[in-house]
Amino acid sequence: MSVEKGLEGVGTWLDDRFTGAKGVRYLLRKIFPDHWSFLLGEIALYSFIILLLTGTFLTFFFQPSMTDVVYHGTYHNLDGVHMSEAYASTLNISFDVRGGLLMRQIHHWAADLFVAAILAHMLRVFFTGAYRKPREVNWLIGITLFTLALLEGLFGYSLPDDLLSGAGLRITEGVLQSIPVVGTYLAFFLFGGPYPGHVIIPRLYILHVLLIPGLLLALITAHLFIMTFQKHTQMPGKGRTNANVVGAPAYPYFAAKTGAFFFFTFGAVALASAFAQINPIWLYGPNNPVGISAGSQPDFYMGFLEGALRMMPAWQWVVFGHTFAFNVFIPALVPLGLIMTGAALWPFIEQWVTGDRREHHLNDRPRNAPTRTAIGMTTVAFYGVLWIEGANDVIADHFDIPLYTTTWIARFAIFLVPWATYVITKRICLGLQRMDLRTLDHGVETGIIRQLPTGEFVEVTEPPSDEERVVLEARPDYPALPAGGESAEGVPAPGMRGAVGRLRERAYKVVTESVPLEDAHANGHGDGHAIEGNGHGNGHGDGHGDGHAPAAVPSGGTEGEHPGSEGSPGQGEEH
Amino acid sequence: MSWITARRRHPAAGYVILVLGLLLVGAIYASVTGGGTSASAAPQATVAMHEITTGRQIFLQDCQTCHGFYAQGTNEAPGLIGVGSAAVNFQVGTGRMPLAEQGPEAVQKPPRLTPKQTGEVATYIGSLGGGPAVPTDAQVSTSGANVGLGQQLFMANCMACHNFVGAGGALTYGKFAPALTQTTNRQIYEAMQTGPEAMPVFNDTTITPSEKRDIIAYVTKTRTEPNPGGFSLGRVGTVTEGLVAFLGLLLFMVLMAMWITGKKKGNHGAES
Amino acid sequence: MTDSNVHGQHPEPEGPGAPHRVIGTPSPAESRSMLAPAPEEEHPPARELPPAPDDEHANNAAKLVAACFILAMLAGLGFIACYFIFNDHSLSAVTRDNLALGTTMALAFLLLGAGATIWVRHVMPKVEIAEDRHPLRSSDEARAEFAETFKEGADASGFVKRPLIRRSLIAATVPVALAPIVLLRDLGPLPYKSLDSTVWRKGMRLIVYGTNRPITPAEFNTPGSMITIAPEGFQNDFDAMAKAAVIIIKMAPGQLQPPTRMNWTVNDIVAYSKICTHVGCPAALYEQTTHHILCPCHQSTFDATRGAKVLFGPATRPLPQLPITTNAQGYLVAQSDFREPVGPSFWERS
Repeated sequence: MSVEKGLEGVGTWLDDRFTGAKGVRYLLRKIFPDHWSFLLGEIALYSFIILLLTGTFLTFFFQPSMTDVVYHGTYHNLDGVHMSEAYASTLNISFDVRGGLLMRQIHHWAADLFVAAILAHMLRVFFTGAYRKPREVNWLIGITLFTLALLEGLFGYSLPDDLLSGAGLRITEGVLQSIPVVGTYLAFFLFGGPYPGHVIIPRLYILHVLLIPGLLLALITAHLFIMTFQKHTQMPGKGRTNANVVGAPAYPYFAAKTGAFFFFTFGAVALASAFAQINPIWLYGPNNPVGISAGSQPDFYMGFLEGALRMMPAWQWVVFGHTFAFNVFIPALVPLGLIMTGAALWPFIEQWVTGDRREHHLNDRPRNAPTRTAIGMTTVAFYGVLWIEGANDVIADHFDIPLYTTTWIARFAIFLVPWATYVITKRICLGLQRMDLRTLDHGVETGIIRQLPTGEFVEVTEPPSDEERVVLEARPDYPALPAGGESAEGVPAPGMRGAVGRLRERAYKVVTESVPLEDAHANGHGDGHAIEGNGHGNGHGDGHGDGHAPAAVPSGGTEGEHPGSEGSPGQGEEH
Repeated sequence: MSWITARRRHPAAGYVILVLGLLLVGAIYASVTGGGTSASAAPQATVAMHEITTGRQIFLQDCQTCHGFYAQGTNEAPGLIGVGSAAVNFQVGTGRMPLAEQGPEAVQKPPRLTPKQTGEVATYIGSLGGGPAVPTDAQVSTSGANVGLGQQLFMANCMACHNFVGAGGALTYGKFAPALTQTTNRQIYEAMQTGPEAMPVFNDTTITPSEKRDIIAYVTKTRTEPNPGGFSLGRVGTVTEGLVAFLGLLLFMVLMAMWITGKKKGNHGAES
Repeated sequence: MTDSNVHGQHPEPEGPGAPHRVIGTPSPAESRSMLAPAPEEEHPPARELPPAPDDEHANNAAKLVAACFILAMLAGLGFIACYFIFNDHSLSAVTRDNLALGTTMALAFLLLGAGATIWVRHVMPKVEIAEDRHPLRSSDEARAEFAETFKEGADASGFVKRPLIRRSLIAATVPVALAPIVLLRDLGPLPYKSLDSTVWRKGMRLIVYGTNRPITPAEFNTPGSMITIAPEGFQNDFDAMAKAAVIIIKMAPGQLQPPTRMNWTVNDIVAYSKICTHVGCPAALYEQTTHHILCPCHQSTFDATRGAKVLFGPATRPLPQLPITTNAQGYLVAQSDFREPVGPSFWERS
């Protein structure tokens, strides 16, 4: 009873000053939908918190200084060796501060998990279409967070000034230097002079502990606020519509689940730090521009840049006394630029192509957006080839593949593998859609075998439950595009003119390609549209073109899917 | 009764016998092993003639088909006149020679010859003149070595092929720098001295014997020291760390997420 | 059922049956409904959450939860104990320490998480609530009022009507906005020509890196030898070594070919910059049999017998060759600095 009274007292005190009762109650009752893939972002969030906590601990002991010292500490293998204070202080943390090594390892494992989780979360959001309106800004914030996380990790693992991360710093300087016109200036400004100088570690330190964490914190707050305000998306299911959220309230359910997940994250990282050694800087030795190890790779999230640098052929232009070092700045800037820019623009490109400007709060199952899924997997494949090439010498050594062969394979794979991935992924998605249709039509297999009087064995199937039916029937419905320039009627709609308009039409057909639901609508769940998808896709266009041409562009059915049906272009169905 | 027999039940008799026995064993041991190490020392020490003869017999049996009757070399293998006993001791002692099959490089395998036979054939080749001799125990001992200097020299000259701690690395065209996890002190010394296969030569006037000991001390100390952070993941660096991050940490978290959000059977609610 | 129409989101006003939107959010109580209540409860209309179950299943689960929490507490206490027990700093002690601290911490957290999960899944009542989403878009009236207020304020401020104020304001803020960028100028010196030269000078002795020993051709006389070299006096100067690090290689007679500059070699000993011309890693890997200098970073490969020209990999320029000779005492010395810039390519390099 006294607990209740105490809480009442605190509540009253706060409410007297902050008027919280209604607002906080609203937040406590907020509904959060439940799906395991919605927790991927939380992995990143809690990793970030772990990084803040362990990072603060580390800052109490780390010396961000490049002053040369001679080591005479606990780690005897380096006795008498010249090193920077930064490196010496990291050795001190590892061996002389109790729990220091554990904190260092937790910090580094959490950083790896942070970026891995962001990747997984970003892919989930992409493949379910959760970046669509009204969440485009949150998607952009997410991409910015991803970029900042990469930089934060790069600067962080460079701070101990060991030989492995020192190679990375050297590469960073070489890459900067190669940029045309401004490269040498950028490199000299960052390093305070020629490489290595004496200021890079203190500068990276302040970027790593103050500037970027501040930006990350602000953007994460915005990211979460927007997500809470707009409410989370949900997966299709029974009783779930685009106009509601189904789940359990934040208090006590979501709070308990997310709290449990925080403990799991911390526990998992601590377990890894107890049993798996990470970044053993004492084995790498202090940074030195004179030496380097075989098998030098950055942390995994920078691996794709490393691979790009390795596979690039030796191209450069020397013209009028100036060098265009394509061999360096192309691999450094182009893959990263492509992926980030492509990702940032994608929601808007998709909006333009499909003409779909409605709010979307229901996720797509990835198979129901085959082109989007295929494009996403293509990007993953592109990233993956670069990443694997980044480890090519370790792979060559451990799998007995000649070194140059790995690079030659990568040079071709970087084009062939993404293309193959696109084709294969798309076919898999379409195949899965057909499998869903078959389940709808023929029912769910029960595993019960019955023998017919004729002696034949059949498996008993039962119709899918309501729950399963809703999920299987979920399809994105794209609005029909207004008529293009080929229409017989009058002036083409704005946005559909000329070459751009034709491009948009063709892109529309590709992007909306999907296996239509056909006669699975037979039991009345259809809302009165498309009785057959006769080459018109699912024809769910809501007919809100601009009131002109009755000839709506048919949304892409799968070509050749229904050989018997009449794909009759120009005969849109207005609903 | 003799003097000794009369004192056979003296209280100190047992201890006297013990000490005499230890002295006897020590004398026998010293006589048997004492000559062994110094015999394969600098070329100036006297070498038993029979070692050279036996060594030549072994050579004719196992090596001459590729290296030639007079060790002059053939199309398949280089000549061995002037390579010195150290090189032979290394190649044969690590099992690389006799070569089992042609490939980008000779791989280490269980040695075909016993250590004694290895020493003999090494002595024979050394007797053909020239080349570094098998290093002595004193030359390969790491006591009093400056490990820090060893680390610096290893960093400047060796890590690029052999990796930070000697875990090995890839070279071109299918060659590789082997891991140094099992290599003996003497083999490391000999490898530096003779530059086997693609490895460059670091003769005694470039990296002095004392510096070689420092390098050996670094390699041997580092490979035996514990991994305070847990499993070493191969001491290869970030590649294995990244694998653990994805296949271990992230996968674990996904499984926990599935547990937390999972619906139990008989529960209403949408399929995930 | 996937219904994609959200409270009439379509901007076209003539959409059929678009409902009137009410200003402000509908009261939560009206827009929430229990989707499907847990089977065991009565669903009294006033309550939103079902009462917490008190059956055997829940009670057993609660005991399991408590057990998890108590074990977590013990693990946490174990962490504190381990911290104070271990006070040795040898490598094996740190190994034990890390394992002990890490395991206790991990157990404490994982058990906390497991307990909380079981609590939610088995002790709390099952519930699934559907809550309506508010339209995100403000009503037309709200938008109109906003536009009105904004216009009024702009009028009152005179920002639009008085170009004099407006333009002078913009003019005033531009330099102030540029000031932070200007302040960054002293981050570093301008490169000028510093990338074009190193510390190597005529007569400077080559010393074996790490040992401070100069070297003679007679000492470096075994073909296939390679060693890392520093200019005398600069071994510990990283700024200097980042450009001045050199490797010398002893070839067998006749192996060195053009474009190697033969008059820059001594006794078939050739000196190349160790700094890779790709992005600056030390190109430290030398294969005696193939005479390849391989950089382990990105596998740029250089032919040491032919002026370190590029054979494979992303590097575009050969490793610069250092002109060397011997001095009066017989030690290897540099004839001069490198005759071209060392290290990665840059814009001003011709």
